[in-house]
Amino acid sequence: MSDSIVWIVLFPLIGAVACALLGSFSKRICYPVSVLSMVLSVWASIQTLMQAIDSSDHQISYILGGWSLDFFPRGVGIEFRADLLGALITLVVTGVGLIVSMYSKVPVQRQTPGKEPMYYALFLLQIVGLAGITLTGDAFNLYVLIEVAALTGYGLIALGSNRAAAATFTYVILGTIGASLYLLGVGYLYLKTGTLNMVGIHEAIQANELHSSPTMQVAFILVLLGILIKMAFFPFHAWLPKSYCHAPTTTSCLLAPLVTKVMIYVMIRMVLSVFGVEFSFESTWWGEILPWLVVVAIVCAAIMALAQREIKSMLAYLIVAEVGYMVGGVWIYNYFGLIGAIFHVISDACMTLCLFLGAGIILEKCRTTHFDGLRGLFAKMPLTMIGFFIGGFSIIGLPPTCGFFSKWYLITGGMVSERWEYMVTLMFSTMVMVVLFFRLIERIHLAVDESGKNLGKGHGDLGLSKEQTRFDEAPLSMLIPLLLAASIVIIVGIYNQEVVDQIEIFLRDYKLPTGVHYQ
Amino acid sequence: MSPTVVVEDIRPLIALLAPWVGLVGIIWAGEKRPNLRELFTFIAASVQAAVVLSLVPLILSGAIVEFHIWQIFSYVPMLLRVDGPGLLFACVASVLWIATTLYAVGYMRGLHEHAQTRFYSFFALSLSATMGVAFSANLLTIYFFYEMLSVSTFPLVTHMQDKEARTGGRTYLGYLLFTSLCLLLPALSWCYVWLDGGHLTMDFIEDVGKVGHFGETTQIVLLFLFTFGFAKAGLMPAHSWLPGAMVAPTPVSALLHAVAVVKVGVFCIYRIYADVFGAEVLSQMSGEEWTMVIASATILISSLIALSQDNLKRRLAFSTIGQLGYVVLGAAIATDRGQGGAVLHIAMHACGKITLFFCAGAIFVATGKKYVSELRGLGRKMPLTMGAFMIGALSVIGLPPLGGFISKWYIALGALDRDAIWVVVVLLISSLLNVFYLLPVAVTAFFRDSETENDSSIKEAPWQCVLPLVLTALGCFLLFFWSDVLLQMIGLQP
Repeated sequence: MSDSIVWIVLFPLIGAVACALLGSFSKRICYPVSVLSMVLSVWASIQTLMQAIDSSDHQISYILGGWSLDFFPRGVGIEFRADLLGALITLVVTGVGLIVSMYSKVPVQRQTPGKEPMYYALFLLQIVGLAGITLTGDAFNLYVLIEVAALTGYGLIALGSNRAAAATFTYVILGTIGASLYLLGVGYLYLKTGTLNMVGIHEAIQANELHSSPTMQVAFILVLLGILIKMAFFPFHAWLPKSYCHAPTTTSCLLAPLVTKVMIYVMIRMVLSVFGVEFSFESTWWGEILPWLVVVAIVCAAIMALAQREIKSMLAYLIVAEVGYMVGGVWIYNYFGLIGAIFHVISDACMTLCLFLGAGIILEKCRTTHFDGLRGLFAKMPLTMIGFFIGGFSIIGLPPTCGFFSKWYLITGGMVSERWEYMVTLMFSTMVMVVLFFRLIERIHLAVDESGKNLGKGHGDLGLSKEQTRFDEAPLSMLIPLLLAASIVIIVGIYNQEVVDQIEIFLRDYKLPTGVHYQ
Repeated sequence: MSPTVVVEDIRPLIALLAPWVGLVGIIWAGEKRPNLRELFTFIAASVQAAVVLSLVPLILSGAIVEFHIWQIFSYVPMLLRVDGPGLLFACVASVLWIATTLYAVGYMRGLHEHAQTRFYSFFALSLSATMGVAFSANLLTIYFFYEMLSVSTFPLVTHMQDKEARTGGRTYLGYLLFTSLCLLLPALSWCYVWLDGGHLTMDFIEDVGKVGHFGETTQIVLLFLFTFGFAKAGLMPAHSWLPGAMVAPTPVSALLHAVAVVKVGVFCIYRIYADVFGAEVLSQMSGEEWTMVIASATILISSLIALSQDNLKRRLAFSTIGQLGYVVLGAAIATDRGQGGAVLHIAMHACGKITLFFCAGAIFVATGKKYVSELRGLGRKMPLTMGAFMIGALSVIGLPPLGGFISKWYIALGALDRDAIWVVVVLLISSLLNVFYLLPVAVTAFFRDSETENDSSIKEAPWQCVLPLVLTALGCFLLFFWSDVLLQMIGLQP
């Protein structure tokens, strides 16, 4: 199927409509419909990735509605373009979507009873938005899809607990500001280049030598600022922890791995493909400042994560720290840093998914994700805990999980650019994550309370009743996706070279400094 | 010594995977069928030891064995390679695992310990990681298994699950993960980018001495990142995790914290000194003397601390730190005989020290006593245990005809090869200190009268505890008489 690139987006879109329509007749049909449309969408994205790998210029393009792009500057038609980067991230988006939709059965029924059709419609539209962002080759269309993703996101979060509405409000305000800034920047771009097509903009910048144009500088700053707000980069992160904590389980499982990561993708896309390496890194002063902002961001987010006493909010702050990793990886400006950033987009999506799925199961079984309710959980749910810990080890960066390899490339990048401050920050946050996760493991494993008092009678007695530690695993519809995600974390780690090969092919065109002069 | 014949063989991988297969059996048998569970541990240990020992003739004939698992990076494979030093270490660890399993059965049942399934499971995992370190062919592979060992021993250290265990576990992980993630990882990544001029294999055979191309400052920084990055070696000042880890049950202290874990640390450092820097580069480096000074300081200071410890296990732990210093010292001497002596000391000290730990555990099982001052007169009640303790102590001190003598002798010879007389003086002083802190334990037990003279309730620990410690004590003799085989294995002329 040569049009598979469009079907990636169309399958969930059709699924969303089907859920909304059929759902009024039978609520039970929504779950299979969404799983089915996600399966098809994943299949289409695998097809697209394969086609992109096989094709001679490593990208495929599809012009929606057949609007011609022939006249200069590249027309008004909307183009879907999947190069290796786009195709990889699309596969991540749809893959995460599939796993979460499989997982959604029990929590959606419990947390949003009666609203399943609307929930699944929003859920699938969210995927449409996110997958669209990674595929589109049009700067304005990107804005539309960002809004699609954001609006459905607001809806998905607001369905959560009582405090979700307030959290959503913060998100709406900040999200709108971010999107508006981006739109404004695109306006300037259109003014200067006369086109909205990404390749067209890039060609126009090259052809008209717009590198030093103040308008372009302003456009760049606006676009970047908009994206940084949308990705919850540190000072703009306020919306993220709140909304992910109070959202329904399935929502946070879907949004946490994807939204920030997709916005990182947008940043990489803008910096490399639209504005171009020369413009982004050499004509602006961002490259000097952002790595230092990254240092502040990672340190603050890591400290905030340390202060949390609840798994979901701890994970949310971890995401903010991870965003810092990736922004840093891009802006230390070299080959290894960018490999690290892109690979970290993929691996962070996998491990965040793993952790949030685990946290969702804990919430489902224990009705709390507070640290104090964790004792004896390993005896109760060993498989869940193993899956959760694999995600944790990946965040820490222990081999052979995928988190090790992305961190490896990021550290290498920092070293090549001699950005010692970035490296030290990575080390610092790694140690914080060691503390965070082994603190959880201690709580699960040991019979000691916060102040160091022994709670049990010794010899492995955790001070809990028999019922509390009896084997009682999560339902299979939740457990299997978690274990799937955990094995993906390890498989992506083991076969990291396969992924990195594709990233290297993608980066080859951009002539990034490698910092190494091989004899 | 450059072995010419490379044999592709799956046996190293089998040695690595045997504990994993055992693990499945252990979990399947569970708490309900303890005999079956321990049978699986025995099978895994025996298979591992048999496979490792079956490699010995090949290595003795001058070949090396390789097995390629998968490609981690384009140029860096996950490669297992068996050479002399690696095999020697693997032999020691896997053979002693059998002894420890038998001992653990007696110890854990004697004390009615909880969660024995977890205990045996993670024990098996640790041994798999140890084999991995012994058989690693490049820096990245060794790092993988090194980290696996750190994580898989954590549940063993915190086995008691109480406050003390939490403190010990925190110190343990804090030191090990901080050093490995913050010192080792940058050093590795540095080597990955620059070591091999674009080939980036980080291989122990192909890349020996390539560090020499770097600037002097870089070399020194790398040397120190590696030396302290492998904190399992217990080099001061990154040593205090080891006494902290003594909260673990004694079989763990015996096998992991006298043989596997700490020896993995020093073995890694040996690899760095001998197979990454290489003797040539190392001996010309300006910062290299300092590693010898640090190792010597570790030896002397820890021996002095050991003198003041009344808790028997803590005293042994500080003694271990000192003995690990010997290995680092030997590797840092950067002569063939010095580095050979270092590898030998891994084996010799392992056998002696595990005997001592077994004895400490056997005393605890039989009498509940932990302190040296409580041991008066115990030698008459537990003659086998205390006799074995005496032999182990003499081996650690380094008297012939016991194994410990050979390795110290070669380290001293290596030091003389490069005219470092002061190293020999350090060795002599340290041996003297060893006498002071180890022999009084045995002397107290045999020759001091106790107030519980007529207490007939004290007798030897269960046979599962006593048999292994007698065997390892005999092993100390055997290592002395078989030392020519060991020397041949690591490529030294006897």
